[in-house]
Amino acid sequence: MGNEASVAVPEVKPVETFRDDFTFANSPKAIRRFPFPFTEDSYMYSVNIEPHNGGPAGSPYAPAFDIDEHYLSEVEERRKVLAEDPSRCTVLEHMMPAQWDTLELLMESLSTDYPDYFVLTRDGDQWTWENRLLGIKDTFTFGDPDTLPYEPFEYITRQVQGDFTLHDQRDNMLYMDGGMLTCQADWSLQFDLGMNFYEWHGPVPRAHEMGVFERALKYLLNLRVGEPVRRLNWTMTVHPRMDTSPENYHKWGIDRATVTPENVGDYAHLRVELQSLYRLPRSNAVLFSIRCYLISLNELVTIPKWAKRMHRVIKTLPEDLADYKGFIGYRPMVVDYLAPFDDGAELTPGAAPE
Amino acid sequence: MILSQQAKIPVRVTGVERVTPSIKTFTFEREDSAPLPSFSGGSHIVVEMRGGERTYRNPYSLMSPPEDYPSAYQISVRCDDQGRGGAQYMHERVREGDEMTISGPANLFPLTVTAPRHVLIAGGIGITPFLAQLHELRQRGLAYELHYQYRDAEGAAFRDRLAARFGDQTRFYESGRDQYVDPTAILADQPLGTHAYVCGPAGLTQAVHEAAAELGWPARNVHSEEFAAPPPGKPFKVVLERSQREVEVPANASALEAIEEAGIQPSCSCRGGSCGQCEQTVLEGDIDHNDHFLSDEAKARNSSMMICVSRARSDRVVLDL
Repeated sequence: MGNEASVAVPEVKPVETFRDDFTFANSPKAIRRFPFPFTEDSYMYSVNIEPHNGGPAGSPYAPAFDIDEHYLSEVEERRKVLAEDPSRCTVLEHMMPAQWDTLELLMESLSTDYPDYFVLTRDGDQWTWENRLLGIKDTFTFGDPDTLPYEPFEYITRQVQGDFTLHDQRDNMLYMDGGMLTCQADWSLQFDLGMNFYEWHGPVPRAHEMGVFERALKYLLNLRVGEPVRRLNWTMTVHPRMDTSPENYHKWGIDRATVTPENVGDYAHLRVELQSLYRLPRSNAVLFSIRCYLISLNELVTIPKWAKRMHRVIKTLPEDLADYKGFIGYRPMVVDYLAPFDDGAELTPGAAPE
Repeated sequence: MILSQQAKIPVRVTGVERVTPSIKTFTFEREDSAPLPSFSGGSHIVVEMRGGERTYRNPYSLMSPPEDYPSAYQISVRCDDQGRGGAQYMHERVREGDEMTISGPANLFPLTVTAPRHVLIAGGIGITPFLAQLHELRQRGLAYELHYQYRDAEGAAFRDRLAARFGDQTRFYESGRDQYVDPTAILADQPLGTHAYVCGPAGLTQAVHEAAAELGWPARNVHSEEFAAPPPGKPFKVVLERSQREVEVPANASALEAIEEAGIQPSCSCRGGSCGQCEQTVLEGDIDHNDHFLSDEAKARNSSMMICVSRARSDRVVLDL
């Protein structure tokens, strides 16, 4: 987990949009700290799980839960999605202890990593939570849902960037028994709710045959309190659109047909999820944090090493993976756009900008 | 895949109580009196025992109530003739005031909280995880019943405490007076969706599983936890193919312990053959399986082993490690 010394205080921008006029953009600083996922010139699935125990100061890996310049924008986007569709946050009844576990973990982590922005004061079960970025100060009784304006899981995840799911562990299996999903890469909580680990991963190509999920599940069933793990996942999205849900497919699916060689650098975005998993202590549930980062190709090519590597990865990606990730239609345009940036030079290992 | 090593928590022994002639209860608190991690009923910790002829690391169920921010953890350890070195160490060497190291809690024996009714069956020292789970069942308002079998009144650890707190939901059986748990009778009339949990001697565990299967219970509604002791055996050699190392496993240590002694840290968690974390691919050798993780078919295939408890029948084993 992060600590004060290694987590930089982020400057938070005023609200930008992830819909309609799409005013979202990354500052040069945000570009440099982008969690670029490709450490090699080609990509294939693996059980790429590592301990989530910090990272270089200022990087998204340093804190437990990363807060960045887009904080206000993402909180506002979540509010809009929930106003249109409250079912995006659903938690099954038996998960109430896991809800409190989540609230505690997030409040403790945020107030430790960002003491200028978040303050948690505890007096027995009387807790006071101050979120200075949103101007919130609430006193409540830990363990009593009636003392909060929302149920504890929704209350706290409305104040954090990224999606979250809650997984009950029973009969040597994980079940998706709750979540807050407003910035997901084309999957639905209402569809997956109650499914087991193999069922909700059903659509992923190749990985089942490779035994990836069997190994990953065994590993996660043994996840210990205080020893979180993380991995990166990625896809591509047209426009900086956070809410690419199946529920709203009619609003964004068509975007993929609007990409042209002229606009691809502006339209096409690499979408990276920094996923972290925590064992929750009282409930024995697993909290899955899916923190989403977006970067346009125009922004990405300002880092020469990333431009070259991205070109090689996208060019050599197997057809079924490009199809599953939803960009097979405009992949040639992405490759053509990136090609001039790639001189074929050998790249240093790892994903760092250089 | 990079795997994390277990977090270690330095603690002080703040209580040693002999609860029966063969069972002692140990209380651990943090040096700085800070709270220990919260945990769920059924969790265990691994206790590290140093300073003897060798280091023991044994899993023990947490028996203290799973309350918020516990100031202390409690475990109980039984020592008998077949007791492994660790139990003997705990009984003979550990005194109040000693400093020890424990792992954080992990749960391989969780309650299925979606079930409407829970039947707990304990034999002897197997009562410990249920002591914690009973609190959780009560807190969640779930229906439950406990069946606890022990040899005689003198060995009936925590009987009075259980009778006082959970008396109306509890039945006691004294095997020394020919009172035995009858799994078939207990399970026969349970409502659909009931889950059963058993912790105790291997014979009792097997009897419960068999009775449930006979009555048509789904296998996943029956849970058991049994930590295997790493049994001593004849020495053998482990060849670590990828590390290009050879390690001698002596008669009184496990393969995992010998490999750790050699400075290599394979992934592992419970150290009792239950969690599956230390599974290694066997490239060559004949394995004597002692774990509760691999299926009988997997054991027969001889293609992997749990290095925490299993040994070799052959003089030499080659692992993909």
